Amino acid sequence: MIRLKTFCQGIHLFQEKSPTAGKRIRKVSLPEEVILSLQQHIGAPGQPLVKKGDQVKRGDKIADSKSFVSAPIHASISGVITAIKLAPHPAGGKAKAIFIKREKGEEEEAWSVKNKPEANLSHFSAQEIRDRVREAGIVGMGGAAFPTHVKLTPPQGKPIDVVILNGCECEPYLTGDHRLMLERPDDCLFGFKAVIKAVGAQRGYIGIENNKRDAITLFRDKTAGEENIEVVPLKTKYPQGGEKILVKAILKREVPSGGLPLDVGVVVSNVGTAVAISECLKMNKPLIERVVTVSGSAVEKPVNLLVPLGITFATILRECALSRSKVMRVIMGGPMMGISQATLEVPVIKGTTAILALSNEEVSVPADNPCIHCGRCVDHCPTGLLPAELARLIRAGQWERLKNYHLMDCIECGCCVYVCPAGIPIVQLIKLGKLQLGEKSSS
Amino acid sequence: MRSERINHRKVDRIDQDNLALKPGILTVASSPHLSEKRTLPGVMWGVVISLIPVVAASAYYFHWLAFQLVLTCLITCLVTEMVFQLIRKKPITLQDGSAVVTGILMALTLPPRLPWWAAVLGSIFAISIGKQIFGGLGYNIFNPALIGRAFLVATFPVLMTTWTHPLTLNTITGATPLGILKFEHSMVPLFNLLTGNVGGCLGETSALAIIVGGIYLLSRRYADWRTPFSYLATVAGLAGILWLISPAYGSPPFHLLAGGLLLGAVFMATDPVTTPVTKWGRYIFGVGAGAVVVLIRLWGVNPEGVMFSILFMNALTPLVNRHTIPTPLGGKK
Repeated sequence: MIRLKTFCQGIHLFQEKSPTAGKRIRKVSLPEEVILSLQQHIGAPGQPLVKKGDQVKRGDKIADSKSFVSAPIHASISGVITAIKLAPHPAGGKAKAIFIKREKGEEEEAWSVKNKPEANLSHFSAQEIRDRVREAGIVGMGGAAFPTHVKLTPPQGKPIDVVILNGCECEPYLTGDHRLMLERPDDCLFGFKAVIKAVGAQRGYIGIENNKRDAITLFRDKTAGEENIEVVPLKTKYPQGGEKILVKAILKREVPSGGLPLDVGVVVSNVGTAVAISECLKMNKPLIERVVTVSGSAVEKPVNLLVPLGITFATILRECALSRSKVMRVIMGGPMMGISQATLEVPVIKGTTAILALSNEEVSVPADNPCIHCGRCVDHCPTGLLPAELARLIRAGQWERLKNYHLMDCIECGCCVYVCPAGIPIVQLIKLGKLQLGEKSSS
Repeated sequence: MRSERINHRKVDRIDQDNLALKPGILTVASSPHLSEKRTLPGVMWGVVISLIPVVAASAYYFHWLAFQLVLTCLITCLVTEMVFQLIRKKPITLQDGSAVVTGILMALTLPPRLPWWAAVLGSIFAISIGKQIFGGLGYNIFNPALIGRAFLVATFPVLMTTWTHPLTLNTITGATPLGILKFEHSMVPLFNLLTGNVGGCLGETSALAIIVGGIYLLSRRYADWRTPFSYLATVAGLAGILWLISPAYGSPPFHLLAGGLLLGAVFMATDPVTTPVTKWGRYIFGVGAGAVVVLIRLWGVNPEGVMFSILFMNALTPLVNRHTIPTPLGGKK
């Protein structure tokens, strides 16, 4: 048995992927209304290109920004714009959003598939790939939603030699990427190769956690003839899929503190993103839908759904038979890093990997007892920080001393809180600390 | 307990006939939303379970003396903790098990025939000055049980060095294995050290019982192996070098099994509160404490130095923590 690649520390989580891992991705029935938030990505929010009363077709660009770090937004259903106003946002608070009401009748698409009948990567130049990806509004689909065209544009003097396709999906419950790899391997590879071409890399690695053996075998077969692409099975350990962690695990390169993978010549792309890139190049299709894992013990019909962006959580959860007597917390994303929701009237955005409805038995309630300095957080922190010490100093407001403790290197993966016997909300305090430190340095 | 309360409140609010969720049902919190379900009382009671073999061995060798001492210390520690929390108007946290651990450990470090009033005084000192004065669990600098013992050693030196022969319960003076090495220059057979058929503190005599408890403690991850490992390895290493120079210093296995070293290494040097949190810090703690033990045992006035070695390193722990901050991922220059 070959030793699997992995990183230091981290935690072994229960998986809970079986409710959805074996089911094919299903298309959700089209909703009557979608709410397309103008803030679906990291960077500048989109500016509306439409106004109330306008007719739009599925795939029409409805918002864009002149800023480089941003991505356009497209209509995910055909219909009429009913409002442009503030709406609840799944990342918390409210954000401006475009409301589209569906018109009965045939779904017309704004893009034409006939453009490129049999797409081949040699048809595209690197610049063309970047332009298409930007126009299609593609962002990182693994949850961070960083505009992909920015990633595909490495700055001068920072050559990229490796692209990693991230198929780890290390969060419990989540199986959307797993299903995409199984059901659309050719699209995954096409998009992956497009990224390699766009950044001018020489090698590609496909990182897959060892709990997805079927995907590992499938991709080994699919890439059998390719010399510069290697499938790397990784130990099933959280947070294997974190960008910096994955770079360390596969290449033994350390992304410098405060830096990005491109600082060490690497671009990491999620499998969902690769599929979106493939669709945009082959079919001219913009990013208007995504796969969302709907799971958790308060959902009676857990499933992976292909949903149009802007569909509300309530619509999806109704379709999956949410148990109202069980549900205690609804999370966008995985249970370790996801965001809990105060209302279900929030829309799916480009970074929505999953909607989990968890019951009382699954959710932890931090006790916030005194720290006994057991060091378990230290032993499990994948980035080698002293989490409890950070939490203590932030609580005490000792900003001067905090400088020695590398606060900004925290990736907020939550391993420390998971293992903490005292139930100290370390991640919450660290998020607060980062905010306050940012305010202090800006003022 | 808190999660159960939230559950009940939630169930009351759910309207079974309404399709939409009513506000107030969903709880909102920062990520992560999962935890290992390991609690602070869970860890403390785990330590108590790992102490059972040691208490059982002491009961076997010292009969009712063991029960009397353990119960006295246990009750005094619990009462002192409660009184202090009442005075400070803090929530009573006896159920977290930390005072129970201190009580049992306190008793295990005392001579079997110590009068009950001395045990009471030591326990009061342990909890009040050793723990509550600093703000309670998690804030103390020194191991509370050892603070209590240090107080008794300083105030009643004769009582604290009056030993009892196991099984027969005859009073003997200066007859611990380390005392015999220091003053009579001979070594007690290793087999007796292993089983515990020697003079000494209540819990330190039977190495076997401590090893069994220690294996449970470490295998369940209630304590980290680094400190006890480096502590014992340092003592064995230094004792080995000296033994090669002159066998009169005592052999490494003798030094490992005799006196309070094992008890201290397994149950005191692993006290999370008073030992470093960093991995390198834990090694430093063990090496430092090990060196102090060998120094005191061979050249000090007292035959034994485990207590002082741990208290000494307890005092250095904040400093060690501060100078062993690990380099984070990507932090290498």
